Amino acid sequence: MHNVAVAHHDESRTPYYAVWVGLLILTAVEVVLAYRQIFAPLRMLEVLMVLSVVKSALIIGWFMHLKFEISRMKWMLMVALVACLTLMFIFFADAFRILSLGSR
Amino acid sequence: MADVAVQHGVEGLYEPSLFGTYSKKIGMWLFLLSDSLTFGALLFAYSYGRISTPNWPTPFGKESITNATIMTACLLSSSLTMVLGVLAARRSDRAGVVRWLLATMFFGAVFVVLHAREWMGLIHEGLKPFSNPWAATVPQFGGTFFTLTGMHMLHVTLGVIYLGVVALRKKMLPILVVLWALGFFLTSSDNVFHYGIHVLLLSAVVAAFVLFLKPKDYDANDVEVAGLYWHFVDLVWMFIFPLVYLMSTRVK
Repeated sequence: MHNVAVAHHDESRTPYYAVWVGLLILTAVEVVLAYRQIFAPLRMLEVLMVLSVVKSALIIGWFMHLKFEISRMKWMLMVALVACLTLMFIFFADAFRILSLGSR
Repeated sequence: MADVAVQHGVEGLYEPSLFGTYSKKIGMWLFLLSDSLTFGALLFAYSYGRISTPNWPTPFGKESITNATIMTACLLSSSLTMVLGVLAARRSDRAGVVRWLLATMFFGAVFVVLHAREWMGLIHEGLKPFSNPWAATVPQFGGTFFTLTGMHMLHVTLGVIYLGVVALRKKMLPILVVLWALGFFLTSSDNVFHYGIHVLLLSAVVAAFVLFLKPKDYDANDVEVAGLYWHFVDLVWMFIFPLVYLMSTRVK
């Protein structure tokens, strides 16, 4: 069974509660930053996206249990996702073209 | 049973699984990958529009942000109860599974109700798909808002129904029909949810097909796979919440 991910028997619940608390804290940080409008829109977007990616890593790794799957599964899923999203995000730069050209 | 083909412990008879786990889980991950791209495209398009439009409306004041934060806390807690349900399933604790799945469904339902209330409030203020009362030069605000949050709300609703089918099986069918009837007759015809509620009836029909044509005692794998879908729905909200709400907080 060496190539099969093993289910843990009588698994401890503590890591899941810890992840849940971590997610709530990160959410609170996001809300405070946004509510007080600490950053300008572009910087705010960048900060929120970084925080969201951290939250996603926690959810995907622990709640969706991907951290405990075999390497090949992790690589296949994450590389495919990041590659496809990157292809879209390349066009973000175009949003600034509109801003600098101005709009009526 | 198709499951036999990919069970552990029959090495030598069949090839070991390429990704080290059962097919149903791999299948769900692949579906989630495709759904991520759907939401990824919507979120990217929204972010592009948000950044490139200088006078994007910022209508979300304290009440809206508080409401959205509570909704976020609901979904995060629902993910926790889902994980606890999966752990209970692994221990073959049937009653525990039903308990945790019902808790997950409860949080999901609260999310949908709060979201629907918010939609009604915004529609009452004058938000429409192609116009809004805050910025006449940004007619796309309504369409983008309703599309993004509506797609997500649909996913949450279907997720709650999916969990209900796994937890309650055939008992879920009359519940769906009753909720549909209540939702339909208690809403007026100018309410968007008067039409949206038909999703429940459609789901009841699909669920009936599945439950009667493929009767099955849902096991730990089924609970885990349902859990993956539920966590995905939570994951998408982790991006919608900051992009749609936190990026548009009202300047006092």
